[in-house]
Amino acid sequence: MADLSVNICGIDLKNPVIPASGVFGYGREYEEFYPLSELGGIATKGTTLNKRTGNLSPRIAETPGGMLNSVGLQNPGIDHFIETELPYLLKKDTVIIANIAGSTPEECAAVAEKLDSTDVHMIELNISCPNVKQGGAAFGTDCTTASEVTRHVRRSTKKPLIVKLSPNVTSITEIAKAVEAAGADALSLINTLLGMRIDIDTMRPVLRNNVGGLSGPAVFPVAVRMVWQTANAVNIPVIGMGGITTGRDAVEMMMAGAAAVQVGAAVFEDPYAPVRIAAEMNEFLDSRNISSVRDIIGAVKPW
Amino acid sequence: MKYTQGKFIITKKSAVGQNIYSYTISCPEVSSIAVPGQFVHIRAEGHTLRRPISICGIDPGRTIRIVFEIRGEGTAAIARLNEGDLIDMIAPLGKGFTVNDDFKKVILVGGGIGTPPMLSLAEVYGSRAAVICGFRSCNAAILQEDLKKTGAQLILCTDDGSAGVHGFVTDPLAELLEKETPDAVYACGPMPMLRSVAELCGKNVFCEISLEERMACGIGACLGCACRIDRNGEEHFAHVCKDGPVFNAREVIR
Repeated sequence: MADLSVNICGIDLKNPVIPASGVFGYGREYEEFYPLSELGGIATKGTTLNKRTGNLSPRIAETPGGMLNSVGLQNPGIDHFIETELPYLLKKDTVIIANIAGSTPEECAAVAEKLDSTDVHMIELNISCPNVKQGGAAFGTDCTTASEVTRHVRRSTKKPLIVKLSPNVTSITEIAKAVEAAGADALSLINTLLGMRIDIDTMRPVLRNNVGGLSGPAVFPVAVRMVWQTANAVNIPVIGMGGITTGRDAVEMMMAGAAAVQVGAAVFEDPYAPVRIAAEMNEFLDSRNISSVRDIIGAVKPW
Repeated sequence: MKYTQGKFIITKKSAVGQNIYSYTISCPEVSSIAVPGQFVHIRAEGHTLRRPISICGIDPGRTIRIVFEIRGEGTAAIARLNEGDLIDMIAPLGKGFTVNDDFKKVILVGGGIGTPPMLSLAEVYGSRAAVICGFRSCNAAILQEDLKKTGAQLILCTDDGSAGVHGFVTDPLAELLEKETPDAVYACGPMPMLRSVAELCGKNVFCEISLEERMACGIGACLGCACRIDRNGEEHFAHVCKDGPVFNAREVIR
């Protein structure tokens, strides 16, 4: 049995596999399958200052090797999260990462400030959600706005701050460096790639929002590339995600430089995916006589 | 809501119409807690998303039956499974129909591939049920023999008049509603049909409709399958997988 534990910004995770924000709600639905304590951590559903109703349906469409979504940040608001969801999650013996979002730097900071006085372990700031018409994409695709929102949130909390990056940019390393300079403790990437499908019979986009975020195995190579570039450009931990489906994918992502991984769309096909992936990582490490998963972080030998 | 994920043996497969298949699946635990109107979420080999399929029959402690139509590549992959194969499902899911032993007269309305969940209700209500089924034509009609066996009164409608009543399900429904007020109307089918059924039932007839929406997790976590609901005068997004697929017709905004 290899040592699967990792440490991100001083927080110990028993294994490096974290269900990604958005696919896992606030965890309750998956506890029907397995104890949440088996997870390295949980990135909770993106939460904003006030309740958001989200986009009209259809919000989901399958695509070759993946899916599009445009949920539009539907969530009950941060007060509900702190009063109802967080106390439940904190009893589950796993690292709780509160994913937050907002339309303005001030809103993001206000959400983070409310979390600062709770026992949540980490905050993940979503500057990359492509579904919200105001803000969202705008923060994450420009170095100036990305660092501005990061700075606002940084000032409002002492919690370890992960900033989740959008892949919909010209240079991921420029954004990464700007966000690091603005005070991020870690980065997570990639969020979904902006995509679109059209039903040629009705001539309508398949999503009611016209466009949405692409995820699933189709985006995995893009994610590995961006994590590798980013990990080489910054001096803070990088959490890798995007299309991870198997333990071997997770190993690959960590070899690219990720200190931990998040698993998103894979839980739809297999609700046990995060637990299975951790077990498969262990099998790989044992088969190679590697004693700690930490030894594979950034272990790729580039040509 | 209690549900499980597992692989279950298909004990019987049959074609019940063009591109429409029936599977009987051995699943003692699932069948002992499943209720009419609930669905199962089936893994489709090689696909990122599972496919939600409504439960058509329940033999408690033994099996469930599903009847589904090939709509695309995912359902085609599921349809390639045969007797003896394992089917991977998360089940039973969602909120089913309100079944009440005291109901003396109920009307079940099924449109096309919305008919299967009506069979599980007809099996509960037997002769207390009138079932109105609508199909494009005579050769698109499914499950008529199964429905007959339940003892329910059966009214078949076809759009082209090739069998039964020429016209939509709403005509016989309006006639039945005029004769007497039933304890409940249950419906599943295309949205325009559901809208008409809900209108005919109005405020005085208890009416439940089963909705369909594209779905990812199936258990209420991802919020992908939103539908607009008016609950106590306040509009909000409910989720077809967890809050439904069965909703009180008066709550659904479309």
